[in-house]
Amino acid sequence: MNPISEALIAVLIIVGGLFVLLGSIGLARLPDIMTRLHGPTKATTLGAGALLLASAIFFSSQNAGHISLHELAIVFFLFLSAPVTAHLIAKAALHRQQAKFCGERLRRDGDGTEDGTANSSRSPRRR
Amino acid sequence: MLSTSIEIAFVLVGAAILLNLYRLLRGPDTTDRVLALDTLGINTIALLVLSGISSASAAFFEVALLLALLGFVGTVALCKFLLRGDIVE
Repeated sequence: MNPISEALIAVLIIVGGLFVLLGSIGLARLPDIMTRLHGPTKATTLGAGALLLASAIFFSSQNAGHISLHELAIVFFLFLSAPVTAHLIAKAALHRQQAKFCGERLRRDGDGTEDGTANSSRSPRRR
Repeated sequence: MLSTSIEIAFVLVGAAILLNLYRLLRGPDTTDRVLALDTLGINTIALLVLSGISSASAAFFEVALLLALLGFVGTVALCKFLLRGDIVE
C-alpha cells in the first residue's frame, strides 16, 4: 500500500475515533436534554463519517482500479438522517416537558382552593 | 502504523459505547434513553467499519448500511410514539 494513503487512513481513523468519543462524552456529561442533543448529533456523526471515509480510501487502495463507494452511501444516509433525528427528539422532549409542566400546574391549582375548577379550566390545554 | 491506529480507535469507540450505556441506564427521561439508543447505533456502525478495515473484508458494509437504516427508522418510531402515544394513526 502507498505510504501516503496509509498515513491518511491512520489519521482519519484516529480523528474519527476521537470525535466519536467526544460525542459520547458530551452525551454523558452535559446537564440537560437540549444540550445533550449537541454531542451525538454533530460530533458522533462527523466521527462516523471520518471512519467511513478512511474505510473507503482503504478499500480503494487495496485493489487498484476499483473504487469502493459503498461507504459514501452510508455517509450520505447518516448525514441526511442525523438532523431529522435531532429535530424529532427535541420535539418529543419539548412535548414531554410541556405535558409535565401543565400536569403539575393543574394539580397545584386544582386542589384545596374553592375556585379550583375555574383555575384548572383557565390553565393551558393538555395535549 | 495502520494496525496501531486501528487498535487505538477500537479503544476510543469502546469507551464511547460504555458512556452511551451509562446514559442509557441512567437517563432521567425517556428522551435521553432514545438519544442514547440512537448514538449507540451510530457507534456500532463505527465499530463495524473499524473491524471491516482490520480484517480487510468487504462484508461489513451491508451490515452497516442496514444498521443505519434500522436505527433511523427505530428512532423515528420511538419519537412518534412519545409525541402522539401511537405510531401509525
